Amino acid sequence: MWLFDRDLWIEIFHTLGKNMFRTFLTMLGVIFAMVILVLLLGSANGMSNGFNKIFAGTASNSLFVWGQSTSEPYKGFERGRRIRYKIEDAEILKKQIPEIEVLAPRIELGSHRSVVSVYRNGQTSGSAVYGDYPEIDEITKKKLVEGRFLNQTDIEHSKKVCVIGEETYKLLFDKGENAIGQDIRINGVYFAVVGIYKPNNNINIDGENAVFIPFTTFQKAFNSGDRMGWMAIAVESKTPVPFVEKQIKDILKHKYDIHPDDDRAIGSFDMSEIFNNITSFTMVLQGFSFFVGIFTLLAGVIAISNILLITVKERTKEIGVRRALGATPKIVKRQIVVEAIVLTAFAGLVGFAISVGILAIMNSMWGSGDDFPFANPMISIPQFVISFVLMVGLSVLIGLLPANRAVKVRPIEALREE
Amino acid sequence: MIEIKDLHKSYKMGSNSLHVLKGINFKVEDGELVAIMGSSGSGKSTLLNILGMLDGADSGEYTLDGVPIKNLSETKAAQYRNKFLGFIFQSFNLINYKSALENVALPLYYQKVPRKERQEKAMQYLEKVGLKPWAHHLPSELSGGQKQRVAIARAMAAEPKVLLADEPTGALDSKTSYEVMDLIQQINDEGNTILVVTHEEDIAHMCKRIVHLKDGVIVEDKKIEQVRAGQYV
Ligand SMILES: Nc1ncnc2c1ncn2[C@@H]1O[C@H](COP(=O)(O)OP(=O)(O)OP(=O)(O)O)[C@@H](O)[C@H]1O
Ligand SMILES: [Mg+2]
Repeated sequence: MWLFDRDLWIEIFHTLGKNMFRTFLTMLGVIFAMVILVLLLGSANGMSNGFNKIFAGTASNSLFVWGQSTSEPYKGFERGRRIRYKIEDAEILKKQIPEIEVLAPRIELGSHRSVVSVYRNGQTSGSAVYGDYPEIDEITKKKLVEGRFLNQTDIEHSKKVCVIGEETYKLLFDKGENAIGQDIRINGVYFAVVGIYKPNNNINIDGENAVFIPFTTFQKAFNSGDRMGWMAIAVESKTPVPFVEKQIKDILKHKYDIHPDDDRAIGSFDMSEIFNNITSFTMVLQGFSFFVGIFTLLAGVIAISNILLITVKERTKEIGVRRALGATPKIVKRQIVVEAIVLTAFAGLVGFAISVGILAIMNSMWGSGDDFPFANPMISIPQFVISFVLMVGLSVLIGLLPANRAVKVRPIEALREE
Repeated sequence: MIEIKDLHKSYKMGSNSLHVLKGINFKVEDGELVAIMGSSGSGKSTLLNILGMLDGADSGEYTLDGVPIKNLSETKAAQYRNKFLGFIFQSFNLINYKSALENVALPLYYQKVPRKERQEKAMQYLEKVGLKPWAHHLPSELSGGQKQRVAIARAMAAEPKVLLADEPTGALDSKTSYEVMDLIQQINDEGNTILVVTHEEDIAHMCKRIVHLKDGVIVEDKKIEQVRAGQYV
């Protein structure tokens, strides 16, 4: 195996070491290219990670479904009829659509997106009030600063407890005041605060001025009967959300006598769409990084090839002597190609080390910031391997140029060279 | 050992062509020491290069140790050169960043001889030319005569069938020239076949046969009484 041929390596390091300064200049192009490639890729990854951080706690393959008003007359009903779901719909949907992993029903006090007055010790806030199941936390996770979220026991015993947003806390309590265990009043009913959540710089559908109480408590306290306003649904990861979305709508349309072509009666929002958009965005970013990086790399490798051409020219006579002594064209070419590989690989590693350092600095500067989607900018091992293989592959191809030049001169002419 | 028949060679230079070798017929037996003489431009080097497979003839036959040499690929030619031939050049042509020992070991490297064995063998040949103490010196630290002796050791190292020397003493003073010729005679005494191109009458008379080239043909080919170089050293 030539790879372990000590003489080959001695010769290569000798020829490269003979003109250190030139060798270094030669490598600059590739070092620079590798830095560009890794920085671009690393930044793209950093953005991707940043987005993931923002969406952490939100089930990506999920959707929300609520009722709106019909836009078509159907089966004797006039258009403009308000659609109100019943709590039994949750069970029906879960039973009929096995792809549904989690279904969290919700009911809202007052009309949709309206606020209700919440009182406490003479302080008042206008907050949204929701009756929820604990499962909602599996779809849009709340970051609790204190206490806990609603649980199954709360539901079973219809406990008069609530979880409030940080905004609501600020309106109802004094700064630094302990809220846990304190009562707040909604429509004349008292609820004990068990938890406070804060925005965790992710997408926050419910806002921070909101009060969550157990669904069953809501039913009793506000006499909502079997009504249900809203459903948050997590779909198993292999199934596309629109597929389940259509089934849900078909079932609900049938049940509530909605015209099959009426698209406005049932409101829905597909979370996965946002995720898919972001995924394509970061993929385009990575593709672009590779594209730019590869071309700079090509330029760098061509520079190496050029220098090797000069070296080969300078060594014409020596190569002629070697060939007179029995070096076959293959041996001569191999040495020059290996020189190209060694130069490129070494320069690539230097560039890699530099850029990893820069990425680490970038991470410490912006990596933990909340306002900019950027976290852990680093290239992955497969990306590193691909870049490296590409780089070495390029250097072999480009190294063949000076290698062929070296053997193109006939030995007799090479020997005559002065 | 060497047999050539009706060898022709011309160089094309633009539209004209220069006919350098015009039908050379010539035979060298095993163990001969032949001097090739002739005025400058008579085609001595051209002939030697063709014999050395560094250049090709236009027409004619060339057989080396029973092997016909014709239409060789560069790879094949390199292998034959390595196996059959040793070269000694006027300008030594040592590789300047390699020590004397490494230079001598180089043909063995191309024969894929293992490193250790290569070094040992190269050292033997250096000892033979009297340069063992200089083994680890670079060519730039050696005198002209020493360089040529390293070159001779290198030519010998692969144990070729024929040694080809193009004016081996051309760059040396007469005393050093005789030392080199003494070495060449010793090698010949051991049975090696050697061809020496030279301008100098005294060097030619240290061989056993003189071939005279003129205008691309052999005009004279005679066996002579060898003058031993050793008596002048
Ligand atoms: N590559 C070449 N291209 C064109 N002409 C050449 C080439 N090599 C040699 N010649 C010509 O061929 C002729 C013979 O050259 P060669 O080198 O064989 O002479 P020589 O006998 O070795 O002379 P010298 O004693 O000066 O070394 C010369 O006229 C020379 O100019
Ligand atoms: Mg000549």
